Amino acid sequence: MTDPRDRVFLARGLTKIYPMGEIEVQALRGVDLELFAGEFVVLLGPSGSGKSTLLNILGGLDSPSSGAMQYGGRDLGVYDDAELTRYRREHVGFVFQFYNLIPSLTARENVALVTEIARNPLPPEEALTLVGLADRLDHFPAQLSGGEQQRVAIARAVAKRPEVLLCDEPTGALDVQTGVRVLAVIDRVNRELGTTTVVITHNAAIAAMADRVIHLSNGLIAHIDHNAQRQAPDQIVW
Amino acid sequence: MTALDRKLWRELWQLKGQAAAIMLVIVCGVAIHVMFGATLDALGQTRARYYQEYRFADVFAALKRAPESLRERIAALPGVAEVETRVVADVHLDVAGFAEPITGRLISIPDNRESRLNRLYLRQGRLPAADRDDEAIVSEAFAEAHRLTPGAKLRVVINGRRQTLTLVGTALSPEYIHQLRPGSMFPDYQRYGVLWMGRRALGIAYGMEGAFNDVVVGLTNPRAAPDVIDELDRLLTPYGGLGAHDREDQPSHRFLSEEFRNITLSATLFPVLFLGVAVFLLNVVMNRLIGMQREQIGTLKAFGYGNGAIALHYLKLVLIIVLVGVLVGVGGGAWLGRRLAELYTTFFRFPFLDYRLTFQLVFGAMLLNLGGAMAGTAFALRAAFALRPAEAMRPEPPARYRATVVERLGLQRLLSQPNRMILRHIERRPLKSLLTVLGIALACGITMAGRFQEATITHMVEVHYKLSQREDLAVTFVEPTSWKAIGSLQNLPGVERVEVYRAVPIRLRFQQHSHRTTLKGVPPGGDLQRLLDADLRLLNLPSEGVLLTDYLGELLGVKTGDRLIVEVLEGSRPVREVPVVGLVKEYLGVAGYMDLAGLNRLLREGPALSGAYLAVDDRERSELYRRLGDIPRIAGTAIREQEIRNFHRTMEQTMLFFTFIATVFAVVIAFGIIYNSARIALTERGRELASLRVLGFTRAEISYILLGELGLLTLIAIPLGFVVGRGICTLFVDGARSELYRIPLIIHPSTYAFAATVVLASALLSGWLVRRKLDRLDLIAVLKTRD
Repeated sequence: MTDPRDRVFLARGLTKIYPMGEIEVQALRGVDLELFAGEFVVLLGPSGSGKSTLLNILGGLDSPSSGAMQYGGRDLGVYDDAELTRYRREHVGFVFQFYNLIPSLTARENVALVTEIARNPLPPEEALTLVGLADRLDHFPAQLSGGEQQRVAIARAVAKRPEVLLCDEPTGALDVQTGVRVLAVIDRVNRELGTTTVVITHNAAIAAMADRVIHLSNGLIAHIDHNAQRQAPDQIVW
Repeated sequence: MTALDRKLWRELWQLKGQAAAIMLVIVCGVAIHVMFGATLDALGQTRARYYQEYRFADVFAALKRAPESLRERIAALPGVAEVETRVVADVHLDVAGFAEPITGRLISIPDNRESRLNRLYLRQGRLPAADRDDEAIVSEAFAEAHRLTPGAKLRVVINGRRQTLTLVGTALSPEYIHQLRPGSMFPDYQRYGVLWMGRRALGIAYGMEGAFNDVVVGLTNPRAAPDVIDELDRLLTPYGGLGAHDREDQPSHRFLSEEFRNITLSATLFPVLFLGVAVFLLNVVMNRLIGMQREQIGTLKAFGYGNGAIALHYLKLVLIIVLVGVLVGVGGGAWLGRRLAELYTTFFRFPFLDYRLTFQLVFGAMLLNLGGAMAGTAFALRAAFALRPAEAMRPEPPARYRATVVERLGLQRLLSQPNRMILRHIERRPLKSLLTVLGIALACGITMAGRFQEATITHMVEVHYKLSQREDLAVTFVEPTSWKAIGSLQNLPGVERVEVYRAVPIRLRFQQHSHRTTLKGVPPGGDLQRLLDADLRLLNLPSEGVLLTDYLGELLGVKTGDRLIVEVLEGSRPVREVPVVGLVKEYLGVAGYMDLAGLNRLLREGPALSGAYLAVDDRERSELYRRLGDIPRIAGTAIREQEIRNFHRTMEQTMLFFTFIATVFAVVIAFGIIYNSARIALTERGRELASLRVLGFTRAEISYILLGELGLLTLIAIPLGFVVGRGICTLFVDGARSELYRIPLIIHPSTYAFAATVVLASALLSGWLVRRKLDRLDLIAVLKTRD
């Protein structure tokens, strides 16, 4: 599992500084990190620890202020806007805390939005079946519950068969029961499709699902835990 | 259909009210562009074909009498392609059942062959037979005005001899597309007619056998005109030449060209204003839409949609709105254009109308609007692209409000909480508020531009016909006549006062400028014909020097005190240097004025008269008209009352159409802007207002917060709109200035009131529509959505 040939991401000395009005916020202060193919990683840490910033840089949504982020041996830092767009289109699936569905499109159409521009996608119906929404294909986001909306978002993220699935607090807005269902879907995608999965959470209980748990604090990696045994989502208690 | 396109259609449906308002503005802009453009194309094309097919002459000259043999010498001039000599005479006509005097112009046409130039288009009947001296053709407009058909009889005084003519046909001529009595500004088909008779018959009647008194010339190349005019003047001077001129000084051609210029002005000014409004609206709507969709844009970017694909998505929305607007606008404009062109053909007598929509016009309108709209949208999109996807997905930071100027001045006690919200909201986005105000002001201004002409025309009539030209009747003599004519005029029944004048054709030169016009000699202290200064006060006529119409002064670049060269174009054609002693305020026509005795000295001729102005007793008018018809020396009679009516009728026919269209379109603009602003305010602030409802505010209170802002902006916009309107009117008035007339910038209070009413009514309608939506605000749903 730690064979360098399976390495998907390699980060060295990542920093990120945001201007916020008149002050500057240092979100990352020098992060070194490796992620491997098929791995399930949880990023754990309090608010403002730099989790989301790290995830955004992994997903090509943002660029580091300094340091390097390699994907498959190539430095994302030198990519221009068009190359970053292609990188996201071809390799990355995103799941956001607030789902970010397009309200004017049905579940099926929200997934189709992504499959239409992917090279070798799952049919939208199949992706929605995978997340247990085969009977909700033609519902608009406003007609779906929060958990259902998040599962549409996961279907949308995985339908393109991405190498990497990045989830920013996917259960943050959900109750426990629904959260477990959503986590089960992410776990299933990781196991069945072998997608490298990174999940942000500040819920330590979820960490038990992961291969590795990366603890972030104040813009730095505090420590990394290896779970000998991944726990099934339905066994998680929080 | 791709998922993104589905998104497009559904969002377009959601935006339908706003999209329709923008479409309407585009429809109006395109319609007005196509309407004027197509009319201009049609009239221009029709005139060009008519001139070409009916051989409209290039150079024209009138003279006293020359032997026909001179024709050969004219034909031999370099640059001359065709020559037609003619006999032309002005006469008094009598039509049974019409009591007022009618002036007719008799023009000869060749016997037994077709005319080389200015050919007739025969509408009805046939040409006069070569061996008949009592047959004539009349102009179609005159025939229609008197319901004359072939076979009708006309009584004419030809060279002092009463004669009855039989009408054998009606015709049109490229020389009289616009049929105007010489010296008149507006057509009167009842009191002025053109008649064509055989050359032999007319020659005998006027003692012009083997001679001519008018010549028209066709050129090999229009650029030869100045040389041919010089040569022609040289040849004709010994024969009493009155100065040759080209098409630019031919009355019908001149009038058409001026009118084409006016249409061009409207065709440019108004579409540009409408386009500006449409671009502004699209920009505002797209800015807001994109602002509200920044998270969606971020999401699309996160999933790998590039800037190009996203730009195309939003551009498609704009393109649909613009294309539908353009297509409907082209259709409407084509229809309106045909109506307008047909309206023009009641003044401009063409045998046919080449009306068709050119590809350039339609394509141009489309390109202009698409280009403008895309430029407006690109601006909004640029802001969205500048965002990194990670940033775009973060909700917009809370808007930064602060205490308003009013509050900082310590006046907050005067403001209730809702009023504070209104003021803070306006102050927070001053640019947006300013643009809304400007848009509404523009609508207000366009309404004014459509309306102001009515009051202006009344003013023109007041000044021209009540302060300046005060006679009841004007008579012109066939040729310069001795002073004894005054006595015979004074002895006519009902004549209370007679004032005479002398008019000579001249060319004025000052530095590099020159202008052909008429120099009028008038006796000082006249009461029927008065000269006014810029403040409409009476001007005294000095015994030496010349007064010029103010506009003529501008054309020549002269001011009081400058010395002009006056070239007299008749008689011995003296050339003199004369000082300009003042400028005369005149709205209609241009001329130079001199003291009558001074003019006679300048001409070095004895006292002679060209015509007279009469004040008459109304009770004896009909007897007077009858007697005037018997005086062969009198070529034409103009009745002032009738001139005023002609003026009003002509102006109204064209202007009412225009006023109506401008008003409708201005209402559309006002409504489009106000409704869009209100809808955007509603989407932006729906959540806030719903929160207030939850906190216990009534519907009326939240409506006040939302619509109060719009109401305040509308009230600010109206006075600004008056300034904008004045500006548009000034542009229009300046652009429409011509030798024929100058419209003064007079804006009647009723015009301001009308514009303000239109804007307020549009605001109320928009407010009512938005209020209905506010009343149906779904409190729970609004609060649940995150943005």
